Amino acid sequence: MASRGHPNRLGIWGWVGGGSWGFERYLYTLHRLTGLALLAYFTMHIFVTSTRALGPDSWKQAMDVVSGPLFTLGEFLVFAAFAFHAVNGIRLAIIELGYAVGKPIEPVYPYATSVGRQRRLASAVLMIAAVIAVWGGLDFFVLK
Amino acid sequence: MRDRTLWTWHIAAGAVILILLGMHMAIMHLNQSLGLFGPEPLAWESVAERATSLFFTVTYVLLLGAALYHGFYGFRNILFELNPGAGLRRTIDVGLSVLGLALFAFGTWAAIAAPGAATMVGG
Amino acid sequence: MAGTPLKTVTFHLRRFEPGKDREPHWEDYAIPLTPGMTVLDGLWKVKELSAPSLAWRSSCRMGICGSCGMLINGRPRLACNTQIAELKSDVVAVGPLPNFDIIKDLVPDLRPMFEAHRELMPYLLRNDAAEQEDPTREYWQSPHELEHYLQFSYCIKCGCCMAACPTVATDPRYSGPMPLGQAHRYDSDSRDAGFGRRREVLSGGSGPWRCHFAGECSQVCPKGVDPAKAIQLMKQDLVLDLLRLRRRRPPAALAEAPHGTMREDIAAAPTRTVTGT
Repeated sequence: MASRGHPNRLGIWGWVGGGSWGFERYLYTLHRLTGLALLAYFTMHIFVTSTRALGPDSWKQAMDVVSGPLFTLGEFLVFAAFAFHAVNGIRLAIIELGYAVGKPIEPVYPYATSVGRQRRLASAVLMIAAVIAVWGGLDFFVLK
Repeated sequence: MRDRTLWTWHIAAGAVILILLGMHMAIMHLNQSLGLFGPEPLAWESVAERATSLFFTVTYVLLLGAALYHGFYGFRNILFELNPGAGLRRTIDVGLSVLGLALFAFGTWAAIAAPGAATMVGG
Repeated sequence: MAGTPLKTVTFHLRRFEPGKDREPHWEDYAIPLTPGMTVLDGLWKVKELSAPSLAWRSSCRMGICGSCGMLINGRPRLACNTQIAELKSDVVAVGPLPNFDIIKDLVPDLRPMFEAHRELMPYLLRNDAAEQEDPTREYWQSPHELEHYLQFSYCIKCGCCMAACPTVATDPRYSGPMPLGQAHRYDSDSRDAGFGRRREVLSGGSGPWRCHFAGECSQVCPKGVDPAKAIQLMKQDLVLDLLRLRRRRPPAALAEAPHGTMREDIAAAPTRTVTGT
């Protein structure tokens, strides 16, 4: 079907903002970002940890490369990304399997939508993720 | 209805990762507060101990497979939503599958060869 | 319009003349604001006072036809349902719904949405072809069964949900919240037997698997249809179907013709008291 008009799709801007009216959209964007970051780290991680198959010397060599304050900070960010992605992932799995969104109801203004229905779950997710990230932060930087 | 099957496996893999990676994070990074494998899980002795354990070898391979599937399916989703043409979609599917299988094979080799290397002294 | 003007507001409108303009551009028009004025009223005022060539779609002016979906101060809304006062701004920025091509000014090309809608067969699919062609009776449906799909049947096809969806923003193959919500409206209707047929259309990139619950569609829906909920419930149905756990019930049966005999002891009608032509 040929287009009759001037293109007006939001493109990737539609993922990030495009005018957002609920923080669930930011959770969606952050979930994608942390997913990509974790994937990139994980691919590198497979190679780094595979050095254990070549004996203690190559292991130590690999560990020396990934030590230092910059790497420690990076690993903490990975840990925090994991905390968010995992806990938000639980929320998404529950919601996308049709739970915690509520039953079909008679719409009476102001509308009580599924988004409002899962708000408490979303807030709990953020708090739990923050707690886990802080716990990890303690372990990374404070308790030594 | 292949997409439906791929998506269901994605959720299942997520559940597996939640448990196994949660365990892995607790061992490796909550080492000071929990100390599940002592305060130095990255020292060679600790690594060798896990390498020779059947439980850890099996769970590492499971985690590797689940995480590769979960991550690459998510990546495929993001790429497909950017509206590539039919040829490019095929390339992405084949490319990601090959890359994922290759990484899985490599990681599994490392997990299986690790017990042998664990008997070496040093580190 | 009733009432004395309260102040002047600026309508910041996205203009585009096909064949003349290469790109859409913003134009400002000042109009007097009267009490109770909606954005649609404002557009008519702009057309009357300043811009006779301004084009938009509207019809019922009461939020039921779904024609006047537009991007108003950054959010997809119905122009007739939006009071200028509720925007709490002296500037009313109106653009055409995003994620659709612009035909002219504020008129979007909604055909992709309607094509996706049609592909998902938004009508009752049953196996009794003779009854479908030549209906004789109604189908049984309890109020409880009605509840399962009533909310989703309120959709007025305005396209606001499509404008808000992040996946529709990048992926033209994705069906979108309205078609998917309406497919679920029929799948969850007890009179329908078309789940299997719609399932085939829902595979691949057009299906609900590209939805990641950003929830914007339900946030902007002017009728409270909650397409996000419909899509998640649809995913539940499809996954249960994959695991062969979906409860399969036969579609609603035809109501029988009334049977029995007329009562003999019904009193005769009283004599007519009204006479004349």
